[in-house]
Amino acid sequence: MVLSLRSVTKRYQTAEGPLTVLNTVDLDLAAGQSLALTGESGSGKSTLLHLAGALDAPDEGEVTVAGHRLSGLNDSSRAEVRRTRVGIIFQQYNLVPSLTVAANLSFHARLAGRRDVGWEKVLANHLGLTALLERYPEQLSGGQQQRVAIGRTLAARPPLILADEPTGNLDEANGDTVMTLLLDLVRETGAALLMVTHSARLAAMLDRHVVLTGGRIQP
Amino acid sequence: MMVASFSALLSHWRRHPFQLAMLLLGLCLATALWSGVQAINTEARASYDRAGALIGQDRFDTLTERDGGEIDQETYIALRRAGWRVSPVVEGNWRVEGQRLRLIGIEPVSMPADGTAAGLAGAGALVDFITPPGFVQVAPSVLETLRGVDTPPLRVSADLLPGMAIADIGIAQRLLGKQGRVSRLILLPEQPMGVPALSEVAPSLVLHKPQAGGDISRLTDSFHLNLTAFGFLAFMVGLFIVYSTVGLAFEQRRPTFRTLRSLGLSTRLLMALTLAEITGFALVAGVIGLGLGYFVAAALMPGVAGTLNALYGAAVEGSLAFRPQWVLSGLAIALGGALLSAAESLWQLSRLPLLAPAQPRAWAQASRRVLLLQSVAAVALLVGAAALALSGAGLLAGFAVLAGLLLGAALLWPGLLFAFVSLAGRWAMRPMAQWFWADTRQQVPGLSLAVMALLIAFAANVGVSTMVASFRATFTGWLDQRLAAELYVTARSEAEARDVALWLKPKVDALLPIVNADAELAGQPGQVYGVADHPTYRDHWPLLQARPDVWDRVKAGEGILVNEQLFRRNHMALGDRLSLPGSTALPIAGVYSDYGNPTGQVMIGLDLFDRLFPAAQHLRFGVRALPDAVPALIEGLESQFGLGSMQVTDQAAIKRRSLAIFEQTFAVTAALNILTLGTAGIALFASMTTLSGMRLPQLAPVWAMGARRGTLARLELIRTLLLVVATLVLAIPVGIALAWVLLAIVNVEAFGWRLPLRLFPLDWLRLAGFAVVASLVSVAFPLLRLARITPSDLLKVFANER
Amino acid sequence: MNARALLVLLFCAVASVSLAQGFAGLGGDAKGYSVPERGTVLTFPADHGSHPQFRIEWWYVTANLKGEDGRDYGVQWTLFRSAMAPREGEGWTSPQIWMGNAALTTPDAHYSAERLARGGIGEAGVAAEPFTAFIDEWRLAAPDAAGLDRLDMAAGGKDFRYDLQLEATGPLVLHGDRGYSVKSESGQASYYYSQPSYRVSGTLKFPGRDMAVTGQAWLDREWSSQPLAADQKGWDWFSLHFETGEKLMGFRLRHTGGRNFVSGTWIAADGTATPLTPNALKLTPQATAQVAGRKVPVLWRVELPAQQLDVTVKAVNDAAWVAGRFPYWEGPVRVTGSKPGQGYLEMTGYE
Repeated sequence: MVLSLRSVTKRYQTAEGPLTVLNTVDLDLAAGQSLALTGESGSGKSTLLHLAGALDAPDEGEVTVAGHRLSGLNDSSRAEVRRTRVGIIFQQYNLVPSLTVAANLSFHARLAGRRDVGWEKVLANHLGLTALLERYPEQLSGGQQQRVAIGRTLAARPPLILADEPTGNLDEANGDTVMTLLLDLVRETGAALLMVTHSARLAAMLDRHVVLTGGRIQP
Repeated sequence: MMVASFSALLSHWRRHPFQLAMLLLGLCLATALWSGVQAINTEARASYDRAGALIGQDRFDTLTERDGGEIDQETYIALRRAGWRVSPVVEGNWRVEGQRLRLIGIEPVSMPADGTAAGLAGAGALVDFITPPGFVQVAPSVLETLRGVDTPPLRVSADLLPGMAIADIGIAQRLLGKQGRVSRLILLPEQPMGVPALSEVAPSLVLHKPQAGGDISRLTDSFHLNLTAFGFLAFMVGLFIVYSTVGLAFEQRRPTFRTLRSLGLSTRLLMALTLAEITGFALVAGVIGLGLGYFVAAALMPGVAGTLNALYGAAVEGSLAFRPQWVLSGLAIALGGALLSAAESLWQLSRLPLLAPAQPRAWAQASRRVLLLQSVAAVALLVGAAALALSGAGLLAGFAVLAGLLLGAALLWPGLLFAFVSLAGRWAMRPMAQWFWADTRQQVPGLSLAVMALLIAFAANVGVSTMVASFRATFTGWLDQRLAAELYVTARSEAEARDVALWLKPKVDALLPIVNADAELAGQPGQVYGVADHPTYRDHWPLLQARPDVWDRVKAGEGILVNEQLFRRNHMALGDRLSLPGSTALPIAGVYSDYGNPTGQVMIGLDLFDRLFPAAQHLRFGVRALPDAVPALIEGLESQFGLGSMQVTDQAAIKRRSLAIFEQTFAVTAALNILTLGTAGIALFASMTTLSGMRLPQLAPVWAMGARRGTLARLELIRTLLLVVATLVLAIPVGIALAWVLLAIVNVEAFGWRLPLRLFPLDWLRLAGFAVVASLVSVAFPLLRLARITPSDLLKVFANER
Repeated sequence: MNARALLVLLFCAVASVSLAQGFAGLGGDAKGYSVPERGTVLTFPADHGSHPQFRIEWWYVTANLKGEDGRDYGVQWTLFRSAMAPREGEGWTSPQIWMGNAALTTPDAHYSAERLARGGIGEAGVAAEPFTAFIDEWRLAAPDAAGLDRLDMAAGGKDFRYDLQLEATGPLVLHGDRGYSVKSESGQASYYYSQPSYRVSGTLKFPGRDMAVTGQAWLDREWSSQPLAADQKGWDWFSLHFETGEKLMGFRLRHTGGRNFVSGTWIAADGTATPLTPNALKLTPQATAQVAGRKVPVLWRVELPAQQLDVTVKAVNDAAWVAGRFPYWEGPVRVTGSKPGQGYLEMTGYE
């Protein structure tokens, strides 16, 4: 399993007292598999994603990424997991604004210590970025920026790819194009994909689909 | 609607109290330093005016001797007997117990009714005033210091400035050793019919129109310009803080502005509200700043008064009076500064589109074009400054060179930094390093104001401390040369001087008479000294330029020595002729340095001096003796002649006093220097702290990709240190250039002397220490915030529900 | 004429106040100063000079002149000496202070000027032989050593000047008891003598024009150390030349409460002086004029039955106000009645 969650519970302190966002969630995701995670706002989708991405730690339960149990890891080890095992694609793209498209593309791979220039070229070509490599993020459209973000993640070849509403800021046509590209490339690398989305239509494009309601997975 | 809108706007500050604090702090500091310096200048100028008013110089025409010397009392009588209605005034330095008082002798009977501003009311009977022993009126503070000292009776007048004293002319002539001499005549406005022309009665006198402040204000102009320049520097640095805070607040409130506009507020009303807001802040900060400024000025005033007195002999009130017009101008400058700083934001507000563009422009992302334009302007300024330094003349040109140099360097710095960081980024191999440089480069525009402020403050510090240290090194060496005699004796009368000389002669190596007289030199008041021919002068005198046979010519009365200030002010050359009172013009045989003296000076052979100034009193001489013999000589002069510390001064005491005066002279400069540096430190702190709030969106993705928080914090620290140290490295050459301008241009114009530039790297090290501390302090808060940041804070960046 | 002491006192007090408030004035006695003594014989020319050991002293000339234009003119030349200590000193140490007053009165204008000077430095002073009194460019001086018989007199201000030559036609007149002149019932006195019989010629200078004049002049010399009584508030002083050649000096010291001390000297045409017995002279104001905001009597009836004198004295110019530091009225008068003539009138203390 590339990702497995066992009895994962996450609570947040709010003004009205502790709020349980995830309640004993179990989830498994194998290599090459793609999984859509849907649910209403506040159902805990993003939290689950953050836990899977070692961005946050659960209060109870166990998260394992590519064979590494995340509980008990210190800050720098968690950082290493993020660097080498996980790639995250955000709705806001979150490119490094001070770097060119080319530098952004290779940035994560270089952090992970496995840069592959040939693969980057392929990705750039595939994502239609070849002509934009010397530009800065602010000079790109939303769709272009998201393609850079996807390229950046794939270039690092992480076993687990997490995507949080990757097309949420794009119109439907652009969104579909980006989605297709993403799914094609994930399949090509054999990584596992966990994607949070609102859209049932997009969810249908993935291998599996689970719904999160009130912090629990609905079968 | 307006109230609701206004409170919506203001709510921003409630949510960002730190920003508000910075805004107010910046305005406060700018107002405080500027108005503080203004208060000092105003007080000093008011003192000059008072001093002038005291002897009617500000309201009445005066007559003086054409050659700047003293008027014979018989000339006064002749004028009166010819019908001229004039009143005599004698003036001079009255040395009493190591203090120097400006003693003014007036003639109360012929003085015009409103001739003196000093109310002598309550001082006592006229008869007590004019008949021996008379009494001397002094300021209350002076009375304290002279308690128990042997002087004529003293009475207090609150109208007098410290350092000034008033007595009847007869009493004053005796105290000053100017019996039968008059310094100037006050001309009464109403003259009788048919009075003979001045040229018939007293052809050697010239008429002067009334002038407020008199000569002193002209002499001290340079000093005040100096203070003003510093005040302005501090003001600018303070405004940098305000500018960056206002800009940040504007960016952060962009959505609020849009929302308000879309809810139906007109641009005009929105601008009016923002204007009202900044005006309110300016007034609040202005009032606090005025309070601070008053405090700063009150703290510096005694030092300023001491300096002006030591350097120019100007009597200045050491305490500060509260002046309403000062409050108004202070508030105006606060308001003006705030509006200036807010101008750009207001302009942007006026052009704010109703709908947000797809990608909000980050505040820090000023375009490269701005940097480029700024750099072009900077180069133009630097070239202009260089051209002016080579060709220009005058104090104003000197300050223009300083301004051009400082501003040019400051404007150029962000562009240079940007280029340097870009270059470094290109060479960086590792991804984090690459990110670091790219990220730093992106921050340069946002930090540019802070680094400019820092550069100005650093450069000013390096420049001023280099100037002061160069001056001090030169000055101490010069003192050793100039004060070659072991002992200086001033007799109380010529008869006593002869007796003292007779007594000393067998006991010492040499007696060197010191005689001087006031005279007009190249159209300005100055002094002429008579000098004996002696190895003391031949070997030690600090000559800057001289003909090889200089001393022989001086001895023969065929050549003169002039001091540097006279030489430079009049653009003289060796061999030029200078006319002395009652003599044909004599060629200049040499130039000597004469620091700490604002006026021109000439040295001539003793024989010539006696011919030209037969009335000058021979009271002083320098004594050359073995140092071991000096204590015994002092004792002997005391027991034989009753000559005390007022009359006998040893070399060490004079040196001590001179150095004390020197230190005092630059104490104010040093204090302002530190204040400016402190303000720049705060500007850095403010910029760093406000920027750190905007750093999360840049840091979060990198963190998400696996960079540790510790790494990120370390990089932030390195970045700040790098910026500060790089700024310092550039500031050092700029500062040295600054010092050169100060020494070679401004000092020559302001004081009349030119000093060699010396470098003191240890001072730079100290400044570097300060710089590191300042950067640590300014980065501490952001770092603490970064260290304490929770993943959830970082995750908020990624939250979709924004 | 004792009353003029008040003028000097005023001068001292005001001069002091302007410089040094709290100047005690002259107090009530003459401590340290010499005091006039009955029986002292005045000696000339020594007594023409100054007496620094006395507190106050003056040289006072008034002249009634007629111009080439036929109009009446009056001229005043006065030098006061005030001692702040009863001694003379070298240079600035001198405690003597001098004040000059000069005035020129025409029927329709009045000019006056004032001078102040310190003694000891050569700016003002008086020498007895040859006689010279001066302050600044003002002079009253004998061209030769003939006592006060011939004098040159010159003074001026911003809008007038005069240069006159005086020549005595009679002897000096000693007032009171051979120059010892009593001034009040309580015995205050001064040394007082006059030269009432000068013939005058010379020139008056106005801006843009000169006027040749001739006429008569009267010189008063007086010195003392004693102040007036505290209740004397002012005085009226007359010096009259009658066409008969006779002359009258008379004064009235006004006490608060309406009581007056009146005295004077009758001078016969040959110069013989007769001190007047108390209350022999009657001085009666007849009409007042509004001058400088106060009412001043400018028309008088003067009666001396012993000399069959009953005349009306009228100011040539009502506005002869000497507006200096110490303002008072001083001007030429015309005399009509039993003995016509002319003269000078001085009035102080009218508030």
